[in-house]
Amino acid sequence: MSDLIAEQHGLVRLLRLNRPARLNALTDGLATEIAAALEAADGDETRAVVLTGDERAFAAGADIGELAQPGGPQLEVWDRIWNARVPIVGAVRGLALGGGLELAMSCDVLVVAEDARLGQPEIKLGLMPGAGGTQRLTRALGKALAMEMVLTAREIDGREAYARGLAGACVPAELVLRTALALAQTIAAQAPLAIQAAKRAVNDAFELPLASALGRERSAFRELLETDDGREGIAAFTEKRRPTWSGK
Amino acid sequence: MNDLVDHRLERDGAVATIVFDRPAAYNAVTGAMLLSLKATMKALARDREVRAIVLTGAGKAFCAGQALDDAQTMSEGNGRPDLLRAVMERFNPLVIAIATIEKPVIAAVNGVAAGAGMGIALAADFRFVAASASFTTAFAKIGLVPDSGVSFFLPRMVGYARALELTLLSEKIDAARANELGLVTRLCADDVLAQAQAFATTLARGPRSLGLIKRELIQNGLGDLRAALTYEAQLQAIAGDSADFIEGISAFREKRQPHFCGE
Repeated sequence: MSDLIAEQHGLVRLLRLNRPARLNALTDGLATEIAAALEAADGDETRAVVLTGDERAFAAGADIGELAQPGGPQLEVWDRIWNARVPIVGAVRGLALGGGLELAMSCDVLVVAEDARLGQPEIKLGLMPGAGGTQRLTRALGKALAMEMVLTAREIDGREAYARGLAGACVPAELVLRTALALAQTIAAQAPLAIQAAKRAVNDAFELPLASALGRERSAFRELLETDDGREGIAAFTEKRRPTWSGK
Repeated sequence: MNDLVDHRLERDGAVATIVFDRPAAYNAVTGAMLLSLKATMKALARDREVRAIVLTGAGKAFCAGQALDDAQTMSEGNGRPDLLRAVMERFNPLVIAIATIEKPVIAAVNGVAAGAGMGIALAADFRFVAASASFTTAFAKIGLVPDSGVSFFLPRMVGYARALELTLLSEKIDAARANELGLVTRLCADDVLAQAQAFATTLARGPRSLGLIKRELIQNGLGDLRAALTYEAQLQAIAGDSADFIEGISAFREKRQPHFCGE
């Protein structure tokens, strides 16, 4: 059985981390499988991905065995996860700790269970986050809370993650997957080029100075106006009908 | 005005009366009826001539809640009810419309108000209750949880412990008991609708500030109604996925006692 299970739901691909005995702790092998699955989704008809674990854990951090190896885990594979063009909806139940929270924060939209537990506990191992935790947590939550979480290993629950803007939705645990799939279906129903360009533009907010990001936003908007789907969307709105997207 | 589905609208001066009109089904609500009622409320909100609203039921009942014969609601989720959608898209908007319209809303509870029907009565600002009328939360009887604002309004009216008792046991609350519990504005020995309409006529002569007072009390006195309604919908979706709900609804249809397995 693979450590990552893929199921297709129409235009949405559901990826489930499947190391239940290890609370979905991330190994180099699993991280590589996730990267490969996202690249595969970029290359086929899939328009959105839902990434999830199980009821007990989204992912409970890095595999301790691999941390102890010389050189530690393979962190470069994360660049491939972050470069995915397909929008990723994270569905977090149970634990999202260490690398697990970093993986959750690598998603574009996050749905968390009310009682999910999110944290960066690396400090307790004499370490610190190494796959984006210090940066993504700080940008999402602000310095004060991020610093407290990173320095003290304090966990937050799903409600607090939602209230502080880390997650876009917080629902009872039983509804997390269903909510995430519904969000992904909504995203998948939009024009693909617009979705990809919009994802890139929002991410630019974290990469570029404002003036450059605004410049790129303007060019991307102009390019979309010239696409078949851009014209179709405007025509459909004017004619009060549903648009049909060609992906061009 | 929209085409009124399963309700009538009567006007007398500044008082509008909405009559739930499926008397053969004890005025149980269908999806189409809920959307239409919401549209009617919206039209009444915009209508400056209308300054008070009365809700009542045709025939023997006030409103028996969700219509179990409503094909749309009972089968839109792959043959099972999609209760998250039903509650979020159809029940909650009506409850919000009743609770937030800046005009007094008086429920003339002429008969049984069950489940969502009780929610509608509780969302109103006043309850004129016929001596022969009754309330029941009903939800637990078929393996569901209170929705339509019942979990929000009831504890605020009767206290937490009694609200929990009433919702867990789902027993029939007759008009006298409802009066003791504080659910009743006025217990009416006869002609509940006429009394409610007379009261509405008095309120309709009131100042603009009556609507603002209602808004103030909802905002400051009651807390976050919308969040509470969303939470009800989410828990209803979980309950709707349970085996006990299927058993509850089968038992109800077959008029027998349900055997719940607790799952």
